[in-house]
Amino acid sequence: MNDKAKAPAAPAGKGRANQKKELPEHLKSYKHVWVLLELERGVVHPVSWELLGEGRKLADQLKVDLGAVVLGPPGGTEAAVTDAFAYGADVCYVVENPSLVDYRNEPYTMVMTELVNKYQPEILLLGATNLGRDLAGSVATTLLTGLTADCTELAVDADGSLAATRPTFGGSLLCTIYTLNYRPQMATMRPRVAPMPVYQSGRTGRIVRHDVSLPEDNIITKLLSFLPDGSTDKANLPYADIVVAGGLGMQNADNYQLIRKLAGVLGAEWGGSRPLVQKGWIPSDRQIGQTGKTIRPRLYIAAGISGAIQHRVGVEGADLIVAINTDKNAPIFDFAHVGIVADATQVLPALTEAFRKRLSVAAAAAE
Amino acid sequence: MHIVVCIKQVPDSAQIRVHPVTNTIMRQGVPTIINPYDLFSLEEALRLRDRHGGEVTVVTMGPPMADTALRKCLTFGADRAVLLTDRFFAGSDTLATSYALAHLIAKVSENWGAPDLIFCGKQTIDGDTAQVGPGIAKRLNLLQLTYVAKIENFDLEAREITVHRRAEGGIQVLKTKLPCLLTMLEGTNDMRRGTMQDALRGARSEIITWSAADAGIADLTLCGLRGSPTIVKKVFAPTARDEKAFQIKVADKSMGDISEALIAEILTRQPVLDQELTKTAAGF
Ligand SMILES: Cc1cc2nc3c(=O)[nH]c(=O)nc-3n(C[C@H](O)[C@H](O)[C@H](O)COP(=O)(O)OP(=O)(O)OC[C@H]3O[C@@H](n4cnc5c(N)ncnc54)[C@H](O)[C@@H]3O)c2cc1C
Ligand SMILES: Nc1ncnc2c1ncn2[C@@H]1O[C@H](COP(=O)(O)O)[C@@H](O)[C@H]1O
Repeated sequence: MNDKAKAPAAPAGKGRANQKKELPEHLKSYKHVWVLLELERGVVHPVSWELLGEGRKLADQLKVDLGAVVLGPPGGTEAAVTDAFAYGADVCYVVENPSLVDYRNEPYTMVMTELVNKYQPEILLLGATNLGRDLAGSVATTLLTGLTADCTELAVDADGSLAATRPTFGGSLLCTIYTLNYRPQMATMRPRVAPMPVYQSGRTGRIVRHDVSLPEDNIITKLLSFLPDGSTDKANLPYADIVVAGGLGMQNADNYQLIRKLAGVLGAEWGGSRPLVQKGWIPSDRQIGQTGKTIRPRLYIAAGISGAIQHRVGVEGADLIVAINTDKNAPIFDFAHVGIVADATQVLPALTEAFRKRLSVAAAAAE
Repeated sequence: MHIVVCIKQVPDSAQIRVHPVTNTIMRQGVPTIINPYDLFSLEEALRLRDRHGGEVTVVTMGPPMADTALRKCLTFGADRAVLLTDRFFAGSDTLATSYALAHLIAKVSENWGAPDLIFCGKQTIDGDTAQVGPGIAKRLNLLQLTYVAKIENFDLEAREITVHRRAEGGIQVLKTKLPCLLTMLEGTNDMRRGTMQDALRGARSEIITWSAADAGIADLTLCGLRGSPTIVKKVFAPTARDEKAFQIKVADKSMGDISEALIAEILTRQPVLDQELTKTAAGF
């Protein structure tokens, strides 16, 4: 391992960075770790389960409870509560109200603020999704507390403070951020940065029901309709088992089709580096990397991608990274597990064919 | 109509280099740009102004050199630019930033009328938090519509706006009242070039520059490092992986052989894929 890489640089905030935690008296009663479950249209976003997994570790270290906040319409939270316990929550704070049927900033901010003030968690985690980011900024500002966005690692340090690590400067560096004298300590984490925790069937916990008054007339923003995405061709990169992606090394949009062919044979998702989106070869929801999707597949095949840091941060969670690149010095070989120094436009068709053959043999054997 | 657009000058992060020994950012010579996400919001604001009349004021909080980013906005066609700059703002996190910007916007309202709309970028490429917009909205007690893919309807008379907002699994069609704060999704429009007149005007115009006191900020303890609940404890480089990639031999081998070797390597390392692929195959 590279020693230089490990050595921390000078603390950023000079004296202030070494400041000790001295929590004001009225914040000392804040205890427990909370995760907001993103329950939308009857479905919980998997990032919430990932956060329960991370929250569990923090709560165990702090020897406190892990709470899940479940907001939804009357009768609409039961399945989410069951699953929250199975994924590790000790207690569920349940708020059911007709005005919580769809996510809207106003009622959600109101309810979250009320819950935090009443039950006083020391840590509050949300997904770095559109919902989580929309809500976290409002809640943190209302509570006047600190918020660390898009964390890649959460830990508790010796004095019990949340150490939230996130990429900075376009991913070239990481920084660890603390919220010293304010509570709760808030953080968001992107989908797929943390692994899914184990589902423990039958695990249960305590339910705290909280009633709120949310007259719909007082909520100014109205949801007129919801237009679901067409199911065909909808990218689901973050949760795919296998992802095949191309970069500028594919040279043109025609060659890019080789990526889709291999993905088709493997039943995989396809995507690419950012320049391909800019060139219009692939839609923007297929971009992988810091400003695109974070993926965590079992297998990631990257063809003609150099491995820039902004791409790397989005794929590092893959179990196995295979890189095909003509340049043996390409940075992608620094973090890929298996490499092929060759022309991707030649390797891909042969690889597609070899997989096809293998799979048809397997299919025949299965019959 | 009055629209305020918050923009930020950011280092062009594609060109940032990290000092290999000290792990510090080598800022010297790194070009700055307008945060790319802010341009989608600026363009949307300019379009609304062109259609409904009124003025667009661009604002930023930053070092004195951020005036070049504001000037650029004027050449795109913004009507006025205000820079809030003061040493007290150094080290602001999102909470302190939204505090300063909320004051800046309040002062802009006093001078040139309360805005009907405020735009922020979806996120910055340096801070990258997407929190400053919601923070400003909360501080000014405004409604917010984030991740807007399209403005479906804008009715200045009725003081209503309807937008398409990107949500999980689909688009929310949301209607709310003015004034409110919007952040636009990337790719929703293309930034205009700006006319020749705008270019000349932009080059000649004065950038209005305010200190904390000018913006009416009385409590400096809520600004900059002191007003930031979060602190950066350490900055470090990502650890390199111990070994480089295992290379499949390619010399003198056919593409077919290379492919077979790769598949064998993949399945040895990820045996579970073998079963999964077999399932996929059986499903054909
Ligand atoms: C703020 C910011 C955010 C960004 N976010 C992202 C992001 O989310 N995702 C992302 O991917 N990028 C992102 N980028 C861009 C990133 O910095 C790189 O520019 C980009 O990833 C490079 O794409 P690439 O590897 O396809 O192209 P290149 O870097 O040009 O690499 C092409 C590679 O193909 C190889 N090659 C050429 N011909 C062949 C061939 N015939 N067969 C095989 N290999 C071949 C070359 O050796 C080279 O390594 C971001 C940049 C910035 C500034
Ligand atoms: N210093 C600043 N001055 C003006 N606007 C800002 C500033 N910082 C953030 N913003 C606005 O808030 C948005 C989100 O920023 P961030 O929370 O840093 O991702 C940006 O796109 C800008 O519109």
